[in-house]
Amino acid sequence: MIVFLVRRIAAGLVLVLVIATTTFALMGLTGSDPVRQIVGQTATQQQVSAKSAELGLDQPFVVRYGHWLADAVHGNLGSSWFSGESVTSSLENKLPVTLSIVLAALLVSAVLSTVLGVAAAVRRGALDQVVQLLAVLGFAVPSFLVALVFAVVIGVDLGWLPATGYVPLADSAGGWLKSITLPALSLSVGAIAATAQQVRGSMVDVLRADYVRTLRSRGISERSLLFRHALRNAAPAALTVLALQFIGLVGGAVVVEKVFGLNGIGSQATSAGSQGDTPVVMGVVVVMVALVVVVNILMDLAYGWLNPKVRVG
Amino acid sequence: MKLPQSEETTGAVATDVAAHGRAGLLRRLLRNPVAVTCLVLLALISLASLFAPLLTSQDPAHSSLTDSLAPISGKHPLGGDGVGRDVLARLLYGGRTSLLGALLAVAVAVVIGVPAGLVAGYYRKWFDAVSSWVSNLLMAVPAIIVLLVVMSAVGQNTYIAMAVFGLLMSPGVFRLIRASVISVREELYVDAARVSGLTDSRIIRRHILPVVQAPTIIQASQMLGLGIVIQSGLEFLGLGSATQASWGAMLNDAFANIYTKPELMVWPGLALAVTVAAFGLLGNALRDALDGSAANGRKPRGTAGRKQAAAKKTPTVVLDAGDTDDALLVLEGLTVSYPTAQGEKTVVDGVSLTVRRGEVLGLVGESGSGKSQTAFAVLGLLPREAQVATTRLVFDGTELGRLGRAEMNRYRGHRIAYVPQEPMSNLDPSFRIGAQLVEPVRRHLGLSAAEAKAKTLGLLERVGISDPERVFRSYPHQISGGMAQRVLIAGAVSCEPDLLIADEPTTALDVTVQAEVLDLMRSLQRERNMGMILVTHDFGVVADICDRVTVMQTGAVVESAPVGQLFADPQHPYTRMLLSSTLEDAEPRSALSGTVPVSTAGITNTGRQEGPA
Amino acid sequence: MTGTMNGTPRKELPAEPLLVADDLVVEYPSKGWRKPPFRVLKGVSITIAAGETLGLVGESGSGKTTLGRAVLGLAPITSGTVRYDGKVISGLGAKERRALSSDIQVVFQDPYTSLNPAMTVNDILSEPLRVAGTPRAEAEKRVRDLLDQVRLPADAGERLPREFSGGQRQRIAIARALSRDPRVIVCDEPVSALDLSTQARVLDLFVEIQERTGVAYLFVTHDLSVVRHISHRVAVMQGGEIIETGDAATVTTVPQHPYTQRLLLAAPVPDPQRQAERRAERRRLAAALAADTSTEVPTNASMSGDRA
Repeated sequence: MIVFLVRRIAAGLVLVLVIATTTFALMGLTGSDPVRQIVGQTATQQQVSAKSAELGLDQPFVVRYGHWLADAVHGNLGSSWFSGESVTSSLENKLPVTLSIVLAALLVSAVLSTVLGVAAAVRRGALDQVVQLLAVLGFAVPSFLVALVFAVVIGVDLGWLPATGYVPLADSAGGWLKSITLPALSLSVGAIAATAQQVRGSMVDVLRADYVRTLRSRGISERSLLFRHALRNAAPAALTVLALQFIGLVGGAVVVEKVFGLNGIGSQATSAGSQGDTPVVMGVVVVMVALVVVVNILMDLAYGWLNPKVRVG
Repeated sequence: MKLPQSEETTGAVATDVAAHGRAGLLRRLLRNPVAVTCLVLLALISLASLFAPLLTSQDPAHSSLTDSLAPISGKHPLGGDGVGRDVLARLLYGGRTSLLGALLAVAVAVVIGVPAGLVAGYYRKWFDAVSSWVSNLLMAVPAIIVLLVVMSAVGQNTYIAMAVFGLLMSPGVFRLIRASVISVREELYVDAARVSGLTDSRIIRRHILPVVQAPTIIQASQMLGLGIVIQSGLEFLGLGSATQASWGAMLNDAFANIYTKPELMVWPGLALAVTVAAFGLLGNALRDALDGSAANGRKPRGTAGRKQAAAKKTPTVVLDAGDTDDALLVLEGLTVSYPTAQGEKTVVDGVSLTVRRGEVLGLVGESGSGKSQTAFAVLGLLPREAQVATTRLVFDGTELGRLGRAEMNRYRGHRIAYVPQEPMSNLDPSFRIGAQLVEPVRRHLGLSAAEAKAKTLGLLERVGISDPERVFRSYPHQISGGMAQRVLIAGAVSCEPDLLIADEPTTALDVTVQAEVLDLMRSLQRERNMGMILVTHDFGVVADICDRVTVMQTGAVVESAPVGQLFADPQHPYTRMLLSSTLEDAEPRSALSGTVPVSTAGITNTGRQEGPA
Repeated sequence: MTGTMNGTPRKELPAEPLLVADDLVVEYPSKGWRKPPFRVLKGVSITIAAGETLGLVGESGSGKTTLGRAVLGLAPITSGTVRYDGKVISGLGAKERRALSSDIQVVFQDPYTSLNPAMTVNDILSEPLRVAGTPRAEAEKRVRDLLDQVRLPADAGERLPREFSGGQRQRIAIARALSRDPRVIVCDEPVSALDLSTQARVLDLFVEIQERTGVAYLFVTHDLSVVRHISHRVAVMQGGEIIETGDAATVTTVPQHPYTQRLLLAAPVPDPQRQAERRAERRRLAAALAADTSTEVPTNASMSGDRA
């Protein structure tokens, strides 16, 4: 288990490194000219070179990357070219927002997809059809469209929940919950659809398995059969899908944050990306990929815990 | 070893896919109304985008401040947007961007994913390792982040972004293709093709590509939807080309005016949702068409089947009660049928049998004789779509047919137990063996955890397991098949049942293990004076352990007799045919004594006295 | 060489049997890192003369199937050689190996997965011919002839494998093996998935084809009664080694090796009286072996494994 964990963490670090390098290369080696944007169109050539030197852009690419990497390892992700704000501290402010909605969406997806998937597999019939249809719709309607509809209908027209803004958990737990409900729900629709499909599929397969019939032959209660035995065996496959969906959740946060006016990492990514603000983009990319890596390792651990063939011998 | 019964079970999806071919697939697809609706919608949307210049004279990029948020009019059939551009024109031209972008992404994904998947799956080795690693890497990155970076680096070009998105989707295709290729590669027909002298490229072309085709089409359909979603998401974030009309950009504009004119969201939102849903539903319909039987949803519900069976159960009075006086189990007039596309298929037709206390009844027949179905019907373990009817099913004085599920659970495992055929697939892989054995013991006998464990350990020892503690703690994958069968027998007898139903309990075992397991079952049966139904196709097993034999053929009983009488003097021609087919008494073939036998020389002796009917 | 030993002197004694496996070792890499590879065959030697059937019996994990696959070039040979018609055929390149496809053929155990479900019987049977460059018309004629040889109706060619029963599918697999007149067919448990009555008929077909064409069989099976029925000679395998060989009558009725004796006595006979005797004899043997401490005790140690 320790070996497994070490290997997964090492693989995660490699992933972060590869992505960081690629991103840095893309940002640094392509045509866009951030300096000109920073100093403005009217600036003299001298001002441009001065700014260039200040940002270290006159140095060769490899040297710049080396500096960035060395700083990053020490937890210093530099500062924004445009606002001058420290990337690390701005990420610290914005991470809770994104983390809140993404993890809430993950939790909602896990719970609802299990409930829907199991119900569809066990009851079949009309309920099954409804779940299947919901799954297709959930897949079809992009999360930002759901977010728009939620914001307009529930947030603005009905006024049940706030359509914009974020309340930190430390300020008010109730306010926090209200502020993340709509974003998290709209974000999770797609993940629920995909995962519920998988839960249903594996439950149907497991319920057809020989050992379920044998357990039935021993007079075990239907409840134990479903929730102790069948769900346990269907869970690993569902977990794999959920882990993949989580990557989509992190990406979807970028769009959903915009709709709900949340000042999270996603909206920061959008603005920094369109400006070509390399330090901020690098910071966002590293944090998001790291988040994916951490959650995936946790899911792998859960997978191993659920699947004795992975855990023992 | 698989029992011949596997004929009825469906094979892997991959083989099914190949079996139906593409022409049949299209035909079946066109019979599905959902699929037809999707195809029509998608055709309409594509045509409308393609012929946008003919459908509107407005320029999608032309803005005029006077038309800002214009209402519906002759000039603007759907009104104007925030900066006074024509909504209809933008909708029509926007379709082009979305569809072309999505097509580009899918094309890139397929062009990269399919060859890589084929090579990795077929040749494995280093290419598989490297490409799987790269694919896992690509899959772990949130696509939209990468696209943000790419667009900020190379400029606001939708098509470049979509090509990159294609690259990010290629692992999905790669994994699908690789998995299908690996599963087909393991098929014996690929080995046979190799032995037939086919080159690798020919094997891939003839045997592997056809299997891979269909799942690729399904995946492509769903990826098209995904491409449109991502593409519009980027445009919505304002990351597309500013001059190009697109649904995402329209939503972006609608979002800017969300308080003044929220209905601007409707058209692009609808276009987006309908297109993506159509691709998704089409993908599902394709999958259903490939599954052939369309297993999902169309099966009638099991409860209905049971109710009907209960209704059929008229209180017919049974004739010879005297014959069944000391009977433990009396089954009369059992009929089992399944709904199929061609109507009901009856697999058991009016079967009656009796088991006395302490008696071993052999239920013998070939595949399709209905012997296993009969056994499962007694246990109430038939699949839910089965239609079951009996005139009588009396166990120790109780009519089992009338019991509800919960009441039946008090009999099952407690007084009637079951030993399955395949030891390995009949243990729950996620639970330790001890936990699986303890659960029913506690439930039926009301023992404490410690008592149940002690009893279980004793049972494991009784069935000949030399290290019960270790097996108790093991997971099923850690023990051998023969050991697993002993565990299953221990589980079956754990609550001291009166009746044991064993379905081919030794068929999956090696002969030497079979002999030991039969010895074990015999001694347990004698020791506890259990009644037993032993389902088998092997007359050797019958001769070894059974007291009485019931022979079945195509769902009906043809002959029932005490074991000695059946072997000495079989009455029914079918029984005689079966007995004559056994090879045990055949003369051994003599050693080859001449040189190479030629067609005229009847040197060898086939050894069998009479040919089967 | 056993196959040529007990005959009367004949005019032309072949220099070597048709197929020879000599001290064959097959290893598969183990899963774990730096674990020694798993040795499935531990130096196995067999010979098969032209027109002869060698029955290869053993339980699961004995390596019998691997030996067949090694002969076919489907298993990695670590050391030792396979010779066919005097030429070494182990370790050939892909192209040379393909050239052997007309001489050495196979019939697999599972008739459900050994035929491509997407191809018609005609396509399945003509594929090996077309690969060899037979013109289409000639191949079609040959396919009709093959269907006739295995007693399938001529219109079977138009249909897909799933339209046939297990026994019929196995006939199709036999026809495919015969299509280019091979001299050796490796039969890997070809009747174990079949019903009793079907099994007998398919075995008769094997014997009849051999008598007509003089093809040699390497017949792999777990079933002693099948082996007795079809084989001229029998080799018994256990744990990757051959422990007993001899003519079929001897090995399957009065075996010498204790393991073979155990195998024979464990197989139940369809006669209650004789089975009771056999059971008693089996117990006597087990008791005798258990009493003899110098021999390995086979009672509980043997519980490993189902049939593959």
